[in-house]
Amino acid sequence: MTVVVVGAGLAGLRAAEAVRGHGLAVTVLGDERHLPYNRPPLSKAALRESATAADLAFRIRRDDLGWRLGQPVVGLDLYRREVLLADDTVPFDALIIATGIRPRVLPVPGPPPMVLRTVEDAEALRRALTPGRRLLIIGAGFIGCEVAATARAMGCAVTVCAADAEPMIRPLGEHLGAGLRRRHEQAGVEFHLGVGVSGYEPSGVTLSDGRTLTADVILSAVGSVPNTQWCAGNGLDLVDGVLTDNRLCAVRTTAAGEEGAEAPVLAVGDIARFPNPLFDEVPRRIEHWSMPTDTGRRAGAVIAALLAGQSPALDFRPLPSFWSDQYDATLQSFGMPALGVPTLASGSWDGDCIVEYHRDDVLVGVVGVNRTRELATYRPRIGSVSDASQPAAD
Amino acid sequence: MKIIVDLDKCQNYGQCTFEAPTVFALDNDGVLVYQTEADSALADDVNAAADVCPMQAITIIHD
Ligand SMILES: Cc1cc2nc3c(=O)[nH]c(=O)nc-3n(C[C@H](O)[C@H](O)[C@H](O)COP(=O)(O)OP(=O)(O)OC[C@H]3O[C@@H](n4cnc5c(N)ncnc54)[C@H](O)[C@@H]3O)c2cc1C
Ligand code: SF4
Repeated sequence: MTVVVVGAGLAGLRAAEAVRGHGLAVTVLGDERHLPYNRPPLSKAALRESATAADLAFRIRRDDLGWRLGQPVVGLDLYRREVLLADDTVPFDALIIATGIRPRVLPVPGPPPMVLRTVEDAEALRRALTPGRRLLIIGAGFIGCEVAATARAMGCAVTVCAADAEPMIRPLGEHLGAGLRRRHEQAGVEFHLGVGVSGYEPSGVTLSDGRTLTADVILSAVGSVPNTQWCAGNGLDLVDGVLTDNRLCAVRTTAAGEEGAEAPVLAVGDIARFPNPLFDEVPRRIEHWSMPTDTGRRAGAVIAALLAGQSPALDFRPLPSFWSDQYDATLQSFGMPALGVPTLASGSWDGDCIVEYHRDDVLVGVVGVNRTRELATYRPRIGSVSDASQPAAD
Repeated sequence: MKIIVDLDKCQNYGQCTFEAPTVFALDNDGVLVYQTEADSALADDVNAAADVCPMQAITIIHD
């Protein structure tokens, strides 16, 4: 029995460790040349001070995992149970999809701006951010905001432009987003919000309202696209990542029929779109660092059960968690704040605080700014605890 | 089993405290405190704590 994991990031690593822990042979295929490394520092410390993939490498628990790195997987044949490399095929008895996401590119003419996902991206950006240079960041999500803070610390002038009305508004809501914007403004960051980009120029951008912004360095941080191209043509639902059930098994949109199609296919990490009964039955992708470990462990247990002829329980209810460092603010979140309506529980929107997010009286998420210890007490209260005893819907 | 936390890397996020609460804790000031020795019966928990540390600051030396 061989399990093949495609994607050598954190989710691929944790899934491989879990699978091997259940006694199954496993090979991980990855297009990056490096063993799995930690991405969050790429917008923080590793952007300020140079860091290599080896510096950021994850601790790997086992030395009996197979690795084939530096080669992209270009195709999948579920019927033959093979994944395709440019010049080879790799057979599997079970497959784990862990290819994550890549930065979204705006359909805008002109020379493409920089992006930030890999250690090479971070090194290129770090070299460009010499003191005094003007950085323009397109997008005011987590990565855009973190880079803004880091670049200020590096002595760059920073402008952020985004279509959203406030930074990080989608996960955090308007008031906390505005509070964080004021932190950035106090640090000297200039914002142009509620405006799109219509053209890239060698020395800046043209905005949708006709204005131009000049800059020496342009970073685009406008969301992500799941890396599913290589899975196409196999009857999987790839509308937004890989749709799975609560076991993390990929949902087939066409009747499998053929014997070959029955091999377990699972998805883990940023790419997996799965229902989490902690909140509801709606499948969602969660791009948080905590998910690779939770989904990786789950995938190992599910594959071991399936290959042993057992059916795993539909009781996977991971609690998402996120953190972000900007200046002296450490943001931490548990749950899915984006699902709820925010209320300030303590502190102030502009300073250190705890914000609760409720949906129909259920606490669905909590965010703290410099409140790590108190935040911990919220963890057991998040989600629809009462539905734990109910059977999960199909 | 010996436990070493690189306190230059540690950012006191407290993720480790959820996986192995008898070994890792945040003190009243929110600063990590931890035991440098743990019984091998706790190996699973301590390994899980090292996995979830966002800074990958935890090293475990098995006896
Ligand atoms: C700059 C940055 C800062 C972040 N900061 C935070 C933070 O502060 N807090 C937080 O919670 N999260 C943060 N995240 C998110 C977190 O890093 C991700 O959630 C996590 O990396 C997801 O892991 P993954 O294994 O699912 O995907 P990835 O780490 O993306 O791994 C997928 C791997 O698959 C490879 N791959 C893709 N296509 C193919 C193919 N066809 N063949 C072979 N290999 C392929 C990719 O190259 C990659 O190596 C940050 C992310 C970035 C980029
Ligand atoms: S999880 Fe890591 S960074 Fe967080 S408190 Fe523990 S050792 Fe420190």
